[in-house]
Amino acid sequence: MLAKATPTGHKNRWQEEASAESDLSIKGKAYLAGIYEHPTRHAPDKSTAQLHAEVAKGALEDAGLTKADIDGYFCAGDAPGGVMAMADYMGLKVRHFDSTDTGGCSYLVHLGHAAEAIAAGRCSIALITLAGKPRTGAMPPRATGAEVDFEAAYNATTHNIYGMCAMRHMHEFGTTSEQLAWIKVAASHHAQYNEHAMLRDVVTVADVLNSPMISDPLHRMDCCVVTDGGGALIVTTEAIARSLKRPLVRMIGAGEALKGPRGGRDLDLTYSAGVWSGPPAFAMAGVTQKDIKYASIYDSFTITVLMQLEDLGFCGKGEGGKFVADGNLISGVGKLPFNTDGGGLCNNHPVNRGGMTKILEAVRQLRGEAHPKVQVQNCDLALAHGTGGLLGVRHAASTCILERV
Amino acid sequence: MDSKVKYPTPQGNPETKQFWEQTVAGKLLIKRCTACGEPHYFPRTLCPFCFSDKTVWEESSGEGEIYTFSLMRKSAAGPYAIGYVTLKEGPSLLTNFVDCDMDKLKIGQKVKVVFKTTDGAPLPFFTPV
Repeated sequence: MLAKATPTGHKNRWQEEASAESDLSIKGKAYLAGIYEHPTRHAPDKSTAQLHAEVAKGALEDAGLTKADIDGYFCAGDAPGGVMAMADYMGLKVRHFDSTDTGGCSYLVHLGHAAEAIAAGRCSIALITLAGKPRTGAMPPRATGAEVDFEAAYNATTHNIYGMCAMRHMHEFGTTSEQLAWIKVAASHHAQYNEHAMLRDVVTVADVLNSPMISDPLHRMDCCVVTDGGGALIVTTEAIARSLKRPLVRMIGAGEALKGPRGGRDLDLTYSAGVWSGPPAFAMAGVTQKDIKYASIYDSFTITVLMQLEDLGFCGKGEGGKFVADGNLISGVGKLPFNTDGGGLCNNHPVNRGGMTKILEAVRQLRGEAHPKVQVQNCDLALAHGTGGLLGVRHAASTCILERV
Repeated sequence: MDSKVKYPTPQGNPETKQFWEQTVAGKLLIKRCTACGEPHYFPRTLCPFCFSDKTVWEESSGEGEIYTFSLMRKSAAGPYAIGYVTLKEGPSLLTNFVDCDMDKLKIGQKVKVVFKTTDGAPLPFFTPV
């Protein structure tokens, strides 16, 4: 099984060449000059478009820029009416736009695409927004493809699809519910210091195991929160970033990839597209896993974190359970501080899409603006990674490596 | 056990019309590419491996084993078991396990196809052998 599980068999010429080509074009070209996370976690009194505009305004104020400065706009499927409607609603006049939608990791993909656009001179100040209200009301159904009769028909939901991944991981590698629980425990240790976090209580492994089973083997506390809210980024050139007053944070590595059942051949749910998005990001950045001081890892469920850590090479395939146990992800305690805002498991998972908040906390860490109780000392290199879509069916992955200049 | 769980009527399209016509007859069809020899599921006209248009319908034995599953308990209509089955012919497919004690399902367990009616064409499900 292991041989099949490794990405080696899937390598192709495109992947081997990708990192070298990208290295020339986008490494260090995009600076994250403005960030904003909406403080709300429940917004029945606001419209979704309004939330997008509010987070855009917040990121502009953080950067010290105005709306008229924006010449590039990036949004995904959560933007009501799409890029045309949102740009018009906010009164943007842009010369570059991108509405790539890969679910929760869209905003990490956007960051990579914004770097491409900036490096190519297509725009100089890009805005990326995410916002929505799944806690207030049901989300509009996601568009389906040719697979709908063969998959959605079986009541496939986020919970049970991720449950299937966890079940197989346990079967092949002996991963336990206790080990998965440590991921939630670590997130809760961080969330206690975040005044905006939806869940601020510190929990134990026993608390997670005693929470109701949702879809075997995932308990309620293995699942992320459902929140209204949003976030935004301002991405710009080095020259503009240096003219502003915020600490300098730039992207030095990016990778993106897609994975699906592809006709049902050699189905393997023990790894994600992270096995392909990670290597080009590390190669472009010229750093290794050991160099990373802080990691934002998408935590829709505990199993998502465990698989992505393996796929990104922070530990070997099948060793994720041991890696996350005993507080190894807790800032100040373990070797790899992760999701120090409390992550999607405790803090915020706006619009059921966690990619934006992963970038936001990585930038806070690099600026030295995380909560003092969770701030990583001398945090000059961070990774933000996400999975979008459905881990156990078809999904996207994006890896971004950021550094403080 | 699955009587309360609602399954939508397959919508079908010109590419999958034959698949749904055959589920009425209790047959599970897969596609095989005669250019590269690879079977696949769900059915496409162009092979997802070699992109040849030389794909043909083939009746699956309907036999396979459980690759993975999850017992979904948070469901207003009652629990149901979703999972992937790897068919004897090779392709894996997403399905639900029915007519069984869901708490006793195991990875690697042998299963076979059974068809359950919807408002339209029957859907393929699997049950332990």
